[in-house]
Amino acid sequence: MKILVCIKQVPATQQVEVDPVTGVLKRGGVSSKINPYDLYAIETALKLKEELGGTVTALSMGPDQAYAALSEAIWMGADSGVLMTYRKFAGADVLATSRTLSEGIRALGGFDLIIMGRQTTDGDTAQVGPAVAQWLDIPHAAWVGRIEAADETAITVSQELARSVETVRMPYPCLITVEKDIYEPRLPSYRRKLEVGKGELKALTLADLSDTDPDHYGLAGSPTQVERIFPPETHVERVTVAGENAAEELARLLISRRVL
Amino acid sequence: MAGIVLDKTLCAGCGACESSCPFGAITMEKGFPVIGAGCRVCGVCVKSCPCGALSLEKEEKKEVDKSLWKGILVFAEIEAGALHPVTLELLGKARELSAGRHPVYAVMASEDPSHAEELTHYGADRVLVYPHPQLRHFICELYANMLEDAIDRLKPAVVLVGATPLGRSLAPRTAVRLRTGLTADCTSLELRENSDLVQIRPAFGGNIMAQILTTRTRPQFATVRYKVMEAAKRSEAAEGSVEICSLPEEKLRTSVTVVSAVPKPPAADISQAEILVACGRGLKKKEDLALFEAFAQRLGGQLAVTRPLAEEGWAPQSKQIGLSGRTVRPRVIFTFGVSGAIQFQAGMNGSDTIIAVNTDPEAPIFRIAHIGVVGDLYEVLPRLEAALEREGII
Repeated sequence: MKILVCIKQVPATQQVEVDPVTGVLKRGGVSSKINPYDLYAIETALKLKEELGGTVTALSMGPDQAYAALSEAIWMGADSGVLMTYRKFAGADVLATSRTLSEGIRALGGFDLIIMGRQTTDGDTAQVGPAVAQWLDIPHAAWVGRIEAADETAITVSQELARSVETVRMPYPCLITVEKDIYEPRLPSYRRKLEVGKGELKALTLADLSDTDPDHYGLAGSPTQVERIFPPETHVERVTVAGENAAEELARLLISRRVL
Repeated sequence: MAGIVLDKTLCAGCGACESSCPFGAITMEKGFPVIGAGCRVCGVCVKSCPCGALSLEKEEKKEVDKSLWKGILVFAEIEAGALHPVTLELLGKARELSAGRHPVYAVMASEDPSHAEELTHYGADRVLVYPHPQLRHFICELYANMLEDAIDRLKPAVVLVGATPLGRSLAPRTAVRLRTGLTADCTSLELRENSDLVQIRPAFGGNIMAQILTTRTRPQFATVRYKVMEAAKRSEAAEGSVEICSLPEEKLRTSVTVVSAVPKPPAADISQAEILVACGRGLKKKEDLALFEAFAQRLGGQLAVTRPLAEEGWAPQSKQIGLSGRTVRPRVIFTFGVSGAIQFQAGMNGSDTIIAVNTDPEAPIFRIAHIGVVGDLYEVLPRLEAALEREGII
């Protein structure tokens, strides 16, 4: 069983800066962490490996700093980490990101099962997973809240839709994106860190991919362009009450304003 | 596709390119270089050629002919046998964007003819309905086949999909097939004269709003957040037409099997509630949530929580408001002991009336509250309940 888990390094804080000229997010100078939702994907991969055997590879795309995220995945229990790193991979939208990841997955020889977190905390799209599945032309299930069964040939998972829980069985190869809380993520093991150091890490760059046209990646390969970035608006009209009879005053306002 | 192009009229057949290629992709045949599949378009050969016979052809950033793509297509989401209400919001927005200049289309998978007919009362000019039993449950690949088929028939400039779990699974799959742009979770949309869709969405937990355009490709895909747009109003007269469509057999085959589809209890969904009572870190202990749940029930509403409380396990994640939880847009929301982090605000600031109770007058929640109460929630709640009881409200 070859399992791949896709992870992303995100800013540790959500206070971020935007390059005013290119509209691209500035990643430098901000401390980073693994996207918290990806920890559930890593845990799911490790659980399945424990049950079925095989290997867990962690794949990421980003600058060299993202090796740290891959090492952390290895300390949690992944066997190796691969970083897709190339200057012109940067600034990618859903289409270009998913294309890049799928090219990387092909270059690594393909996998039985690909697992991703539900979304990232910086991009917040939740759309890269299904897009990767399409590039690879394999089935996917998103919002997976439970693994119902898994064997050497297929996996059965429950998807959390808006009004129903839909359980599907998918033969490999396939892709799932998992919900928060599917399993409790383990902590990176200090002993493993001592044993393996940074772990088995490798880089993939444009030349390693079958499609080497740089215009298909990063900002150039992104059909959506950020035209403008601005702070969110905040509200205006308000009344504040305080003091001894605040609760009674609130009740009066709720009635006079026909709120209740 | 970018590549190396040879001008045979300039080539002297010297073979300099063959020896220069770092990838061994060039072989000389009949006195001319032949560029093989190993070419990585690095351009070394172009520089090595003494005759200037080789050139690097860049892919043009071609822009699609926008006049060929007209109209707005709404994906009408049927899940668990019923129309998801975001569909009516998408139709409302589509009508507003089109302003009579563009047709409004809808596409759905349904074997129930009343579903499609109903949409013609909500401003859809044409409804394409695919009544295949294979589409009864959501299998993303098959739904993408359907959406792709509808797009092929209609050539819409814009495709709107609800940013629901189903929609955010379907839209990326279909957009990749069409090699076009998709903007996730939009909260505001406008249409320019040239049919470019101005898409605004929150990023970085709502700390930044981004205005995004898809200027070179069509159709433009956007998933739209539920409870943000104004729903279309039902008109008595049906103004549009319904067309029954079908997919060829090979487009209905998949390796995926649906084992079961179990409806969730509707009461669990805070995004459907008219009245919400949201609790935050101002609460001292888990048991106190019961007081607020009882208040919510007396108002006919539901209890909700902030992220810290959900993470503490005080309430299930389905009760959590915010970017990593649910977006809610109730008629009334009470917040007790909620400071109002921007991520929380992003999930509820579309509420009609916001009432905040917090001891800290500087709490950010007061900046968006319509009625703010500076006070201890443990004192305010019983006195508020008593006052509302006296007035016969509860």
